[in-house]
Amino acid sequence: MTTPMHAEKSSLRWVISDVLTMAQRNILAIIRIPSALVFTIIQPIMFVLLFRYVFGGAIPVGTTFGNYVNYLIPGILVQTTIFGAVGTAIGLAEDLKRGLIERFRALPMARMAVLAGRTVSDLARNILILLVITGVGFAVGFRPGGGFVAYVQASLLMLLFAYCLSWGFAYIGLTAPNPETAQAMTFPLIFPLTFASSIFVPVASMPHWLQVFARNQPVSQAAEAVRGLMLGIPHGQSTYISLAWGLAALLILGPLSTRRYRTAS
Amino acid sequence: MSDFAVETNALGRVFKDGNVQALKGVSLQVPRGQVFGLLGPNGSGKTTMIRILSTTLAPTSGSATVDGFDVVKQADDVRRRIGLAGQFATVDENLTGFENLRMIGSLNHLKKSYVVARAHELLERFNLAEAGNRMLKGYSGGMRRRLDLAAALMANPPILFLDEPTTGLDPQSRQDLWTIIEQLVEEGTTVLLTTQYLEEADRLAKQLVVLDKGSIIAQGTSAELKATLGTTVLVLTFETTADARRGFELVMNLTQKKANIDGTIVELTLEDGPRAAADALRRLDAENIPVAGLSLREPSLDDVFLTLTGSRPDEEVVVDTKKARKAH
Repeated sequence: MTTPMHAEKSSLRWVISDVLTMAQRNILAIIRIPSALVFTIIQPIMFVLLFRYVFGGAIPVGTTFGNYVNYLIPGILVQTTIFGAVGTAIGLAEDLKRGLIERFRALPMARMAVLAGRTVSDLARNILILLVITGVGFAVGFRPGGGFVAYVQASLLMLLFAYCLSWGFAYIGLTAPNPETAQAMTFPLIFPLTFASSIFVPVASMPHWLQVFARNQPVSQAAEAVRGLMLGIPHGQSTYISLAWGLAALLILGPLSTRRYRTAS
Repeated sequence: MSDFAVETNALGRVFKDGNVQALKGVSLQVPRGQVFGLLGPNGSGKTTMIRILSTTLAPTSGSATVDGFDVVKQADDVRRRIGLAGQFATVDENLTGFENLRMIGSLNHLKKSYVVARAHELLERFNLAEAGNRMLKGYSGGMRRRLDLAAALMANPPILFLDEPTTGLDPQSRQDLWTIIEQLVEEGTTVLLTTQYLEEADRLAKQLVVLDKGSIIAQGTSAELKATLGTTVLVLTFETTADARRGFELVMNLTQKKANIDGTIVELTLEDGPRAAADALRRLDAENIPVAGLSLREPSLDDVFLTLTGSRPDEEVVVDTKKARKAH
């Protein structure tokens, strides 16, 4: 139905417009709830300080990295952006609980815009975190040797990886009966993925059985790739492996989440 | 164009979890330009009906059209013609009133200039102009409900679904919403309204359907529904409970239907109210039992409902909104 009040646009531009409308709405919410933003920013800074000054001295990382802070900062970046995917799940669970998803589903908007808008706003938040942690990292002695271009490449890889993960976590958000449960459901996934990994400590220091998991799991691969690129050291095939993990998550869980969106209640 | 704003044909919905049959083949026709009431207790299938018609839930059997468009096959066409508002006031807490309306307008693919003008017009109209630039945290229940309705009206839809729009509101807010709904209908909007409040259905709805356990158990105008009872109620009030008991013994055989006593009040359900009232007074006078008050009452929709379903519509209280939505 085209009436004088309806805008003329192609359907693809409508999809983009819907996604941006949803993203804008989520970003406004992040800005409006300062506690959420402070938590998002302050928590990774606390991790940086904790590992840099409390645990760092006790963690030998070998000479490849120069010192522990160079090892740590790329890891923290990966960890923080992955924690951001939990926000995707919680945000969607909240919208579902408040009945907003029901209203969106009754609008003539693009079906995937609610999910895509959420992942885009989480991406925007991750970019902010990336900038803040990079700044804090430099302040505490982080000196990556890979050069500016490699740093940007590493950042893009990390953001893409986290973005793909957001689509997977969207499924949890749409399945959980409430936001609290959504958060609880992400925990058994997030905890082993971020801590049984090469994010904070070299995998070689772990018992052998754990090394097998820790070395090969997707988050470690992403951390290896981001660290390798930023520091300018060899990192094997980790860039391609982490990209493959991310795209697989997007291609499998993305459609699942979109389908779930249509029927969730 | 279809003659009816909404038409359903043997519409059914079975929920997978627990084999709950929320709707059991409901057929109804909603004429254009009036309020059509769906009346029923919690769990009667009202909300399931609204969800199917607003395309957010697929029927498991039967079919439905809205403004002539099939709710399953032409869902996007349906979505362009409807507004949805209700008891859960689905507005975004973290946005201002204006931003909520702007978001809905934009998702309806309306022109930017139209969205801004329409948002201000609706805020003004629903007495939210001053609150429009504040976040929703400070809004009262009535304000949220008005904003929810404003959001539903952003695209100026010809058909409006209101799911228990005044549930949980104070009397003044309820009156305000009723006035707004009446104005909308005057302007030509078709409203499909679900309610548990008989007073609301009586005041707003020209035609009514009574749903119970997923089926239509009665339909017609509110006057027609009342007439199906074909009775009046005689209410006698006495000065003391002892008088009431003596009086009750004297007059109870005036009716073959229902007679009950509650403290000093005696109620008789009668076929022929005025004559029975005269008989009752004569008998009481003969025994010198003083009568403090007498009235003849037409049956209310409450009585109709009680007769039809065996329970009053508002007996159940919903606490968990999510569970309630699933149960419907």
